[in-house]
Amino acid sequence: MSGRVISIWFFIGLSLLVNGILILGAGIWEVFNPPENPVVLFQLHASVWWGAILSIFGLLYCLRFAPGRA
Amino acid sequence: MMPVLAMVIPTRLVHLSGVDVVIIAFYFALVLAIGFYLRGRANTGEDFFMAGREMTAWVAGLSFLSANLGALELMGWAGSAYQYGIMAAHWYWVGAIPAMLFLALVMMPFYYISKTHSVPGYLKLRFGEPARAVSAVSFAFMTVLMSGVNMFAMAKVMQIVLGWDINFSIWVSSLTVAIYVGLGGLRSAIFNEVLQFFLIWAGALLIPILGLYEAGGWNNLKVQITQRASEQYVHMWSGLGHFNTNPMGIHWTGIVFGLAAVISMGYWTTDFLVVQRVLAAKDLRSAELAPIIGAGFKMMVPFIVILPGLLGLAVLPMKLVPESVAAVTGAHSYNDVLPLMLARYCGPGLLGLGITALIAGFMSGMAGNVSAFTTVWTYDIYRPLINPKATDHHYVNMGRWTTIVGVLISIGTAYLVMQFASIMDYVQALFSFFIAPLFGTVLLGMLWKRASGAGGFWGLLSGTLSSIGMWTWVKVDPSALRYVALSPYAKGLAQDMYQALWSFIVCVIVTFVVSMMTQPKTEAELTGLVYGLTPIPEVGNVPLYEKPLFWAAIVVTVFFILNIIFW
Repeated sequence: MSGRVISIWFFIGLSLLVNGILILGAGIWEVFNPPENPVVLFQLHASVWWGAILSIFGLLYCLRFAPGRA
Repeated sequence: MMPVLAMVIPTRLVHLSGVDVVIIAFYFALVLAIGFYLRGRANTGEDFFMAGREMTAWVAGLSFLSANLGALELMGWAGSAYQYGIMAAHWYWVGAIPAMLFLALVMMPFYYISKTHSVPGYLKLRFGEPARAVSAVSFAFMTVLMSGVNMFAMAKVMQIVLGWDINFSIWVSSLTVAIYVGLGGLRSAIFNEVLQFFLIWAGALLIPILGLYEAGGWNNLKVQITQRASEQYVHMWSGLGHFNTNPMGIHWTGIVFGLAAVISMGYWTTDFLVVQRVLAAKDLRSAELAPIIGAGFKMMVPFIVILPGLLGLAVLPMKLVPESVAAVTGAHSYNDVLPLMLARYCGPGLLGLGITALIAGFMSGMAGNVSAFTTVWTYDIYRPLINPKATDHHYVNMGRWTTIVGVLISIGTAYLVMQFASIMDYVQALFSFFIAPLFGTVLLGMLWKRASGAGGFWGLLSGTLSSIGMWTWVKVDPSALRYVALSPYAKGLAQDMYQALWSFIVCVIVTFVVSMMTQPKTEAELTGLVYGLTPIPEVGNVPLYEKPLFWAAIVVTVFFILNIIFW
């Protein structure tokens, strides 16, 4: 083997970050454009806070385990 | 997008939006990227088949659990929770935790110190070539068949849930697995399994959170389940005193002796699909810690699998029915409960992540099957029996090609199942034939130095044949279940438990008798393979919180608390 392998935790952070941003964006869009047939408990806007949580965790993982740093 | 849309059929449980499709596509792109990235790091046999034996305890532990956390497992047990209540959690707690801890603290030192590449490889060292040949051929054969059965079942799920064409699901998912495992070997499979573990939790965790909110908390949920089903649906042990006082039709002896002592011990300690992940750990302490970490998370899995099934009982407006009834009436089956709950709470984006979790679960299970098959074929069949003197480079190439061939055989099996659905039942039954006797053979091999090569071989063979015999007996004469499972009230699940128990006992008795009549190996030959003849390295002067025994004690404590709370 030559060189360091990029940490698996970086890939996980990347995945959580991208998914989180996409879900957060979809959630914010739905806040301003409510669907005709909303899901149960739509008023809790789970997409917004769950997307935000995933984004934060993903960002922290990306920064902590960025290639060349871990 | 047009070719994809053209293959979509109109009936489906959920509808994906653009953002959902982007999330799913990103997942496929990422797992392929990981495979291509790791390609250059799988050039030697140790790298390709054993991930360089450099995985940390966390990576090995999460991968160990993830290889078992398939999509069918998630959906099937959520459906079982709807059907049988909280008793389904036995397969996550008493049916997993003791076995995982036993692997960590008792068996792993022997696997690890012997430096074997596989479980059949250990049998070769301990009992000789015949025992390895029986174990390797049966494992390799059954692994690709199981992979094909799971592939078909998953494609069927995608058809029902998303309306995707079965051919599309089979080819896209299996070729993706073939590419990333073929390129990066076990390291790539492990990396992706850890990624999939996080996606499964990220995609599935919202359902119990929102479900409990809607149901008004756990106490209100129990009241609603009692009203709609029965009080026994929220108790794990209190109804197990008799076969007909619980929804599963099983006695506590079946759960304790059949499931916990034999089936789960057999699966978690000898099924190479999961053990291979732990063998890739960087040192013995990591190899011991990995199953303990896996056990810690395994105890939490009912939160995203069993609880959604129970919530479905309380909050879903429709009544779910068995698969056979659903096929006739068009109603939703028990196995639809997880996708139904997903569709109930998850809007655009979240739905895509939930579906990604199911796809990720399926692919992690399949990658586990394929990478285990590749190793057993190359190291336990091809090298000893066909081409013993090739170079390391040759075996790596053989591994890459075997990955492709294994996936193609799985695809072929999936299409065979599509034509002859009953094959699925036979394949699943066949797989269970080997697990319990294999556990008996490996256990005696590790703990009893007098066990001889002939004893190991004949014990394994007779245990397997007795299991096949009992299964055939009940198949030919269903009333025989009262003898196999000890009660006329016993149901199908009870048969599996007792069949495993009897075949394990047959294996142990035959191994004992034959061993006493034949010559054992010398103590010098058994060093590093058997308890009492193997110096187990000390964990070393590490802090308490880094010792495997400390974390095992914590897991055991939580395990007992959970069982008492939900008694």
